[in-house]
Amino acid sequence: MTELSPLLGNDLAGGFAAALEPLNLLFGLVGVTAGTAIGVLPGIGPALAISMLLPVTFGMDPVGAFILFGGIYYGAMYGGSTTSILIKMPGEASSVVTALDGFEMARSGRAGAALATAAIGSFIAGTFATVMLMVLAPALVELALEFGPTEYFALMALALMSVGGLSGGSGSKGLVAILGGLALGTIGIDVQTGQPRFTFGVPGLFGGINVVIATVGLFAVGEVFWFAATSQATGLRSLPVDAWVKLNRQDWRRSIPAWLRGTFIGFFAGVLPGAGATVASFLSYTVERRMAARPELFGKGAIEGVAGPEAANNASAGGSLVPLLALGVPGSGTTAVMLAAFQMYGLQPGPLLFTQNSNLVWGLIASLYVSNVLLLVLNLPMIRVWVRLLQIPRPLLFAAVLAFATLGVYTLNNNIFDVGLAYGLGVVGFFMRRHNIPLAPTILAVVLGPLLEQEFRRAMSISGGDLTVFLERPVSAAILGTVVLFAIYPVVKRSVEERRES
Amino acid sequence: MLRTVQQYLVCQPTGALPRIWGCGEKAWNCWVLLFVSLALFGCGFESRRSTTSLEPTSAGYPEGTITLLAPANPGGGWDQTARQLQQVWTAEGLLGVPVEVVNRGGAGGTIGLADLVTRYRDDSRMLMVFGQVMLGAILTNNSPVLLKETVPLARLLSEYEVVAVPPGSPYGSLPELMAEFRRNPEGVSWAGGSAGGIDHMLVGLLAQAAGINPSRINYIAHSGGGQAAVAVMGGHVTAGVSGLGEWKGHVEAGRMRLLAVSAPERVGDGMVPTIREMGLDVAIANWRGIVAPPGTDTDTRDWLINALSDLRESEAWQEILRENEWEDSFLTGSDFDDFLRQETATVDMTLRSIGLVR
Repeated sequence: MTELSPLLGNDLAGGFAAALEPLNLLFGLVGVTAGTAIGVLPGIGPALAISMLLPVTFGMDPVGAFILFGGIYYGAMYGGSTTSILIKMPGEASSVVTALDGFEMARSGRAGAALATAAIGSFIAGTFATVMLMVLAPALVELALEFGPTEYFALMALALMSVGGLSGGSGSKGLVAILGGLALGTIGIDVQTGQPRFTFGVPGLFGGINVVIATVGLFAVGEVFWFAATSQATGLRSLPVDAWVKLNRQDWRRSIPAWLRGTFIGFFAGVLPGAGATVASFLSYTVERRMAARPELFGKGAIEGVAGPEAANNASAGGSLVPLLALGVPGSGTTAVMLAAFQMYGLQPGPLLFTQNSNLVWGLIASLYVSNVLLLVLNLPMIRVWVRLLQIPRPLLFAAVLAFATLGVYTLNNNIFDVGLAYGLGVVGFFMRRHNIPLAPTILAVVLGPLLEQEFRRAMSISGGDLTVFLERPVSAAILGTVVLFAIYPVVKRSVEERRES
Repeated sequence: MLRTVQQYLVCQPTGALPRIWGCGEKAWNCWVLLFVSLALFGCGFESRRSTTSLEPTSAGYPEGTITLLAPANPGGGWDQTARQLQQVWTAEGLLGVPVEVVNRGGAGGTIGLADLVTRYRDDSRMLMVFGQVMLGAILTNNSPVLLKETVPLARLLSEYEVVAVPPGSPYGSLPELMAEFRRNPEGVSWAGGSAGGIDHMLVGLLAQAAGINPSRINYIAHSGGGQAAVAVMGGHVTAGVSGLGEWKGHVEAGRMRLLAVSAPERVGDGMVPTIREMGLDVAIANWRGIVAPPGTDTDTRDWLINALSDLRESEAWQEILRENEWEDSFLTGSDFDDFLRQETATVDMTLRSIGLVR
């Protein structure tokens, strides 16, 4: 691929010619529209949507099919922010952090601005990620391969540290949330030994707690229960809606750096197979909070807290295409389904794909640019419509949400057990709200727990139980050093301030 | 009492509380909520009943849609097999009915198996792809549902395993790697798929053949061949084991080196030596096949076996086998039943020696 660089302009032009063909343009439009809808619906993610579409695309030209899939992927990554911001009910783990400040913005009448910063951030992130995918893919593949179990462990530890900023006031409640999530994460068949843990012989638990079920259960179902219990006491008033959607000057000034940092973080997290969109969005939130001039605004409607993570989860979609296209290894659930699609067409992703099927690869890359533009054009005007959702009487809105959540969870495996599990977790979510235990750390812990554990055990197994490997390898040592700095920084800062005061 | 509970739930210390919890004057709101969710639950059950109530007729079978259950997530071997079957059946019109694929992944296929046996009992339009890995998973997971309850139809294909090392590995051949393995069994780390799966078993068999206690092998399990490939390509492990078709692309790209293939004789272009040639009597294949749910009657079973034989004869299916480097190992009837019994015993023995089954 490196030797292709001089030809890059040519190939890309050819790719754009393919992507802008009327039929392919239509596929792109259908893709981003369907993707946005899929992202908005809780439970149904891009992986499921693409796998349902696979048989339909049998007879299609592969270029058209992958343009459709690319549109769905990018569209879904954006669409996830809508329910997070408007009703604090993320449908996927990767948009959980968006709810923290997005919903607070909506509550203070700034839903339009929150949706706009998510939409523009997604556009910028998607576009830059595609540029990086095009230019840096070969170099990044080497970087991704450098990441072994020790580096992954260090990265996951860093991401877990980021929840310090999510627990609101109480550290002990944050800890309860994390430990609860880690405990949920241990349920299921252990990868290293094949033994079931905490499954109580229930086959439905063998696969572990699906992150989507945890997210939908704790957030959406829990929120509905909470609403049903408290609406009489707190009133049924619908949220205020801002008349203008536009971002003001200050919003732009605060959003732009957040978008760029989010893009960078998201793209690199996406390149690493397994790390993915959730890790990216949480890391971006942490970075924004640390870099903010007024970190105390986070959790109360800071626009950076929406702009950064939303850019990050979109950029990670672009990043996860790097190992898929350049190496033939899927970096996320969605790219795993895309790999299945490649196999169906008899194509083997990897370095040879760029030479043997260059029109497909460049068509896909060009279509990602086109999809991004389509997404922005489609979604900026749509914000006015989405915001109207808030004017629907909340009992009706929440009934619909519960219906879609139930449907979405059921569709995951066509299993009623999953629906019961989501409702059970909804009850847990209810009591967590009752006791002001934050929910976001739990979701992050459910995602990270199994990774953290497996990578640690892999690292230990390979090194023969020698803990020093984490410090011998420079990348993991550097990341773990950052973890330690993050951990002691607040303590040091506090003691310095106390000394200054005295 | 009720009041205290109410106060706890809604965080209201005192004051106006609804007569019925959550449902006051605007009780209709709650009813809407309740009815919509009930309706959805109802739909879930209703649609299931409607698929099972259509009884297949033994003469005109099948009626309706045939569903292929892939007990894995999209992208893996079982999913690929199911989708290729669907493609050939649909394109060639061999069945005369639509074919759809559903995924029910996790736990080495035992979740899909449990589904087939409990939810689709007697519904012989639900067929499941299964294979060698499932036999191991049933044993290691202590799966409450056994394969014995299903009606096996046919073995469709086999895929040989390969042993690979990173491009910069000091081990140029399998004997060199095995010499190090003998010297320091724990020091050689092997990347592969799920614990107790075919990859793990091959390492166990290699150890046995080389006179190493299989419980000393240092196996690093991954959730799929893709993840294991990254561990090998990045040089994070000493060696790796996976299916030939799955890693072929990485080898062609120069990102890993093949040391041996687990076939009895050389395959493909004959460039890769077999394990047997290297003086170790090990040859295994990862096979995949099709089972029907419990309660499938003999007529239906025979009809389905015939349909699978037709598929096997088709040029389109043969082309797919070639493309994916899959061996045509078609086997049905009592031969297949015997094979399954024998294979289950082998798997059980191998897993016991590794220490995964006690």
